[in-house]
Parts: sequence; C-alpha cells; structure tokens
Amino acid sequence: MAQCKPLDDNSEWTFDKLNLYQTEIARVAEHYRLDTYTNQIEVITTEQMMDAYASVGMPIGYNHWTFGKKFIQTEQTYKRGHMGLAYEIVINSNPCISYLMEENTMTMQALVMAHACYGHNSFFKSNYLFKTWTDADSIIDYQLFAKNYIAKCEHKFGISEVEATLDACHALMNHGVDRYKRPQKISLDEELKRQKERETYLQSQVNTIWRTMPDSKTKPTDTSASFPSEPQENILYFIEKNAPLLKPWQREIVRIVRKTSQYFYPQKQTQVMNEGWACFWHYTIINHLFDEGLVTEKFMLEFLHSHTSVVAQPDYNSPYYSGINPYALGFNMFIDIRRICEHPTDEDKLWFPEIAGSNWLDTLHFAMENFKDESFISQYLSPKLMRDFKLFHIHDDEHNDYVEIAAIHNEKGYKKIRESLSNQYNLSNLEVNIQVIDANIAGDRSLTLRHTPHQGIPLGDSTDEVLKHLHYLWQFDIKLVQPDNNGVDEVIASCPQTNKKKDEKT
Amino acid sequence: MANFIDRRLNSKNKSTVNRQRFIRRYKSQIKKSVSDAINKRGVTDVDKGEDIVIPSKDLSEPIFHQGKGGIKDQVHPGNDQFIEGDRIPKPTGQQGNGAGKGDASNSGEGSDDFSFSISKEEYLNLLFEDLELPNLEKNQLDKLVEYKTVRSGFCAQGVPANIDIVKSLQGSIARRIAMTSTKRKQLKEAEQALNDLRKDTHDHIKEERELISKIALLKEKISKVPFIDTFDMKFRNFSRQAVPSSRAVMFCLMDVSGSMDQATKDIAKRFYILLYLFLTRTYKTIEVVYIRHHTQAKEVDEQEFFYSQETGGTIASSALELMVKIVNERYSNNWNIYGAQASDGDNWADDSPYCHKLLLEKILPKARYFSYIEITQRAHQTLWQQYQQVADTQAHFAMRHIKSVDDIYPVFRDLFKKSTVQAA
Repeated sequence: MAQCKPLDDNSEWTFDKLNLYQTEIARVAEHYRLDTYTNQIEVITTEQMMDAYASVGMPIGYNHWTFGKKFIQTEQTYKRGHMGLAYEIVINSNPCISYLMEENTMTMQALVMAHACYGHNSFFKSNYLFKTWTDADSIIDYQLFAKNYIAKCEHKFGISEVEATLDACHALMNHGVDRYKRPQKISLDEELKRQKERETYLQSQVNTIWRTMPDSKTKPTDTSASFPSEPQENILYFIEKNAPLLKPWQREIVRIVRKTSQYFYPQKQTQVMNEGWACFWHYTIINHLFDEGLVTEKFMLEFLHSHTSVVAQPDYNSPYYSGINPYALGFNMFIDIRRICEHPTDEDKLWFPEIAGSNWLDTLHFAMENFKDESFISQYLSPKLMRDFKLFHIHDDEHNDYVEIAAIHNEKGYKKIRESLSNQYNLSNLEVNIQVIDANIAGDRSLTLRHTPHQGIPLGDSTDEVLKHLHYLWQFDIKLVQPDNNGVDEVIASCPQTNKKKDEKT
Repeated sequence: MANFIDRRLNSKNKSTVNRQRFIRRYKSQIKKSVSDAINKRGVTDVDKGEDIVIPSKDLSEPIFHQGKGGIKDQVHPGNDQFIEGDRIPKPTGQQGNGAGKGDASNSGEGSDDFSFSISKEEYLNLLFEDLELPNLEKNQLDKLVEYKTVRSGFCAQGVPANIDIVKSLQGSIARRIAMTSTKRKQLKEAEQALNDLRKDTHDHIKEERELISKIALLKEKISKVPFIDTFDMKFRNFSRQAVPSSRAVMFCLMDVSGSMDQATKDIAKRFYILLYLFLTRTYKTIEVVYIRHHTQAKEVDEQEFFYSQETGGTIASSALELMVKIVNERYSNNWNIYGAQASDGDNWADDSPYCHKLLLEKILPKARYFSYIEITQRAHQTLWQQYQQVADTQAHFAMRHIKSVDDIYPVFRDLFKKSTVQAA
C-alpha cells in the first residue's frame, strides 16, 4: 500500500483537523461499502453531554420529572467521580446526529467518528429492525411535535394531570410495542394535521363501542364472544383505542409514549450487534489508515489503549464483572466472522459451511443487515469464541438448593451455550409476557390481563403499582390473572385491591 | 458527507425544566428533608444550600418485571474451574448464582438513597413556602441613625487643641512676606547704593552715613513684623454626619418551662430564622443573643437554647430584665435592637403587669422592634392581656397568636407594615 504523509497527530483537535480525519475515514468507510445517512457532527461540552444523557440522547424531548431525576443522578455521580461520561452519543436520525465531547483528544475524536458516524450510522441505515421499526427521517420532527403537544396540554389541563398520564404511560412503556405492523412514515405537518382528525375520530369510535352497552340489558348477551377477539400484547395501543373515559388529549399522550417506545425498541434488541459492528469498524478503519501511513504510531498507541479498554471482558469472578460486555461480545463475533471467512479451520468448515471461505465483507454486511442479537448469536457464535471467552452455563432452579453448571465450553456444551446465550438476548424472555385478554364491555367494564410466566418466573414486586397506573388510564376495575399448574386462570392481582379493602374495614 | 456544528456555546441548561419538575413532584419528601435539616442548622446558618436525601424506593418508577424464583439460565465468561454437572450450593438466606458472584439481574433495584443538593434559594423557598413571603426585595428595614464626626476643612476660630500647626505657619510665612516686601526692596536698593558709593574713588561720607542709618532703620522695621499673629491661626474644622448603623443585635427570648414541647420550639425556631434573614438583608453585622427562661433567665448558646428542657414555673419578666441588663452592658451604643419573644403564654399572674412595665419603659424606647409570639392552643392568659395594652399604644411592638407554622407570616407582615420604608 502506498505510504502517505501522516496526518497531524498532535492531541489537540481543531475543526480543520476534524475535517481532514473525517474525510479520510469517510473514504475508507466507502471502500468497505458502509452506507450511511449524512453525518451531522456536533461538538458539545460536559454539561451538554449530561443534558443529553438525561433525555436518552434525544436532542429534544417533552418535559417530565423522570428526566430531571436522571439528570440529577448523572450530575451527582459524575461530580463525585463515580462515573465517566461516554465519549459520544449518536442518534438514529437522518441526518445522523453524533455528539463529540469537547474534552476528547484528536485520537479519541477520530475513534468516535469512525465508531459513531460510520459504524452506528450504517447500522441504523441498513439493519432490518431499524428499517422496519424506526423512521430516521421523521423522528426529530416527531419529538418536536411531542414536546409542543405536551407543553400545550400542560398549559390547558395543568401540569399535574399531564404528569399523571405520563407516569401511567411510562409504567406500561415496555408494553407499547406493536410487533406485527410496520409503523407509517409521516412528517411533522402531517402528524399535526392527522392528530386533529384523530382526536375527533378516536373519540367517536370509542363512543361507538360503548354505546352498544345499554342494549345488552334487554338482549340476551352472547357471553362467549369476548372483546378483544384475540389477546392484545400492545397494552398501550389497546388503551389508546379502547379506554372508555380517556380524554382525547390523553389518548394522544398515550400515543406519543407508545411511539417513543417503539422507536427505541430496535436498540434494545440489537445492543450486541450494534456496538459490535461499530467497534469492528472503528478498529478496521483506523487500522486501514495506519496501514496507509496516514496515522502515526503515537496515534495508534492511544487508539489501541482506548479500544482495548472498551472491548475488555472481565471474568465472572472479577470485581469488575457485571455481565457480558456487549461491546466485547459483538466486536469479537464480527472479528471472528471475518476470520472464518478468510482463514477457516476444519472446525469452522463443519460449523459454518455456508460462510467459511466466503467474501468476508459480503458476509459481514449480510449478518449486520438481517439479524438481531438473539438470532445473530445463535447463527454466528463459533466454538472458538466460546473457548476464548471460556463461557459456561449456569442453571438455577428455584426448587433446588444448588445451582448447576449445565454446560461449559467443550464439544458437548457448544450448542447448549449458544442456545442459552441467544435466549439471554431474547427480549420476549426478558420482558414479562402480559396481554389483554378481556374487556368486559357488556358488564362492569373491567379489564382482564393475563401474565404468562416464562420458565415459572413470577412477577416482580412493583406489579400492584403498575396496575394502579393502568387503572388510572382505564378507570374501571383491572384484574391480572395467571394460569395455575392446571392451566386455569387465577387472579393474582387486581386494582382496586378488593381483598385489602375488606381487611382494612375489619 | 459530514457537517460539523459547534454547539459548545449553546445553552447547557436544557434540563432545568425537568429538574424543577422533579423538585415539584417530590416537594413533600424534599420538604421533609428540609425540615429535618432545619433542626441541624443554626439560626444564623442560612447562606448555603442543602443536601437532600430521598429514599430511592419513593422514586422508583414501577414497571412489570420478572421477580425472583422460577428457572433461570445464564451464561458467564471466564470459566476457570467448572465442568458440566458441577453443583454449587446456594448461599443460604439469599438468592444468588453461587460462586460468590452477584445476581446479574437488570431489574435495577438499587438500595442507595437518592441524594442531591439544592441551592440556597431553593432551600429558602421550600423552607418558607407556606409563608407566602411577598416582595421581600422591595422592603428595607428602618435603621437607627448614628452620628459620626468627620473632618471638614479649616476655620479661623477654635480651641487650641485643634490648631493646625503646618497651616498656621504657612499663614505666618505668607503674612510676613507680604508685610515686609516693600521694605526689603528699599533695603536692597539702599545697600546697592552704599556699595556703589564705597567703590567710588571720591569720598561721600555724608551720603554714606545717611544710607547706613536708613539701612539700620529698614532692618529694624522688618524685624518688628511679628513671627506669628492671631490672623495666621488655622484650626481644624469638624462637623457631624448622620450614618445609619449597620449593626444589629437580635434577642431571642424563649420560655423553656416544661409546657414548651419540641414542636413548639421548632415553630419558634423558624420564626427566629425568618427574623434573622430579614435582618441580614439590612445589616452588616448581626449578633444574636439567646435568653431562655423559666423562673430565672439565662443567656445560653443556640444548642442549649433550642434543645434543653427544664421544668418549673414561668416568670417572663426575668428574661426581659436580663435583656435590659445585656443591652445596657453591651449594646447601649448605636445598636439596632430587635427582640423576639416566644412563649406558650404561661406566666405567673402577678408578674405580667411588671412585664408590661418593663417593656414600655425599659425595652421599647431602645428597641427598633419587639415581637411577641404566643404558640398555644389554649385561651390567652394574663401575659397576652398585658401585652395587648402595649400593642395598642406602641407602633413597633407586634404580637401574634400562632397555632401552626403557617401563622408565622402575619407577624412579619405587621413588622413590615409598621417599620419599613419603600426602597426605590
């Protein structure tokens, strides 16, 4: 490779230097066929970074106390030196906004640009989940709309009312994702226009459902026909459409929270892949620049120091251990895929016949575009990597007074570990499965939800609180049932709490 | 493919609104924390914010999440000793995954309390929130005027002690120069003429004699001009200037007999803090004197003042007497004196008229302001009735009956209605 004159490696950065590095990084990224949104790179200060933290990275967001709490927490831990701030934050929007911290050295800025502006950015643009679930073109507009709408509601109906509604929605935020329908793409203007229409239309729809109620007193009701006809897992959507007494503006707020939740849904599902992909590309791009002689050894030493600390994986018995580091797992998996393509061993040929010896860049792009963490791991985690990580599987059954090592990194355990690790990233195993099974339209308007436990894991202790929030939105009795050992539903929680009321009276 | 934007100069306080929302929501918890804090802080310690601690369970946002129990499968890295089928006993008494490592659940149930700081303004706002303090900024307390003698030039008359020697001698030199100038001119001419005559080859005996006697006469005349004259005398001049005194002393008087409980004292403490705050806005130096009394009064420090309990009867006049004594000893000279008395109204009946007399004759003439708060749920007794008479005649005496913290403010409204000037 032709040796070029190296770029200035002084650790002070300037906008001119940022631009020079950015141009080189962009050139290499294009060489590796990384398809990105246009980058908008913003340089910010520490305080602004803490602001960005508090609002989950979004440049605009509606006002709510929980963001204030996050900000105070971040500020406190940062001031006490318990925590460093991230080097960057990147937003899945078009243009793709990345924040660079003012304090970073030139090397760090280059690393961050390669990582965020080309790694994450290309992931956002090409991964199927992001393509299906999020709309990078409209998200900033939508956030702006949400902020203004909520501010308007606060003005009209008072901060407390709006806050209570938002609290209730936040409690159910994880149950606001529509897993089967593709969200529509709309711009801010359209959103505003539609919102007005929706308000009137929705209310009329709701009224129609409930207007049928008085008839049921005279006609014999068909008790077997239940509403909804099929269980609904998108609780927020169900409430938005069907809650009997919700005011139109409250429905819109439910919708805003639901949309926000949906926007972040793919990020939860692709943490390992997204970070791994970004780490892989900052590593590959900067090394490419080094091979070309564009960056100096001094630059590389600092770069490698940062890189290795990001992708370090402490062992289970290390005091620093806090679960598997998604950066480490993701980065090593992509490196490993490249290795399998370029230098496959016999083992690899056996385990990955379809990719061993193929074009590594094609394979990597394919992997990035068509998988999420769960499927990515079950597809590509190789025995070699399991050995490198020394993975082992612990089986913990409540009924035993011991935990069992179910599998380790050996011939017998590879498949089991891979399956188990994949499940560990399966959101439907991590988030509780609660669905709306019945809304008693004809009777007392009570709402029944069913919790289907995963591997016998019961619900956590905040369930009663969540039900109170749900009750706030639905405004009639809420029941939560769970199938018992014989598969018969039994009520495990309700709001208002009927049993406790009686206790208090006696 | 990239645009760079420098956002560093943009506002950085995007989260301010959210922070205020947070404080608004947790006002009751924060206020409790503030109330706790007030008992830890001194009356005069009002210049800093406060660390607030809220139990984190009050802050958590509930979601449906998985609880403990059931079957859990987890993969961990770094196997150094296990083989398939190994069994590790669970630590008794707690849920764990064995091998001494923590449960890697992400339910986020941290048990640390949530703590953060609020600023001085936020602290004071919360502290006095129920009091609805109106435009504090516009009001300024009256100040006691004290006079200061300052130098103001020179004058021709005065006492010998004030003679300014330099100025007087300067005058003397000027006068002497002025009075002898013609004569010295003549003298010079005469001497010149004499010299000329002596150089001449001819004799001019007669003229020489005349000139010599003329010179002698002139010299005598010059020496007769007095060295100093009453006309030369300059005296330093002084005048009196009015300066408002920036010193104040605040007397906190409190009944500590058995009937005053801690809650009552806390109400009194807020009252004192509020008064102190007002005074800090007007005066540079403020001293606080704490006098507690039952049948006898005693000057004590703040800690003892608020937190020691005594039993016995109540003679309120003892405190007033002590106050008068301390004023005479230490604060008689240009101090703005403020008195604040808190009591539950109990007093030995025969003592109340004496209190009335003391207040009227000894204290009120010297004090800028005296306030009396009675913190009680019961009917008023003799002390209140006697004080009532004082309040009717004296403008700078205010008294209030306080049942709860909320009632503190009206006393201050009285204070400001009566003795404030509107600052421009």
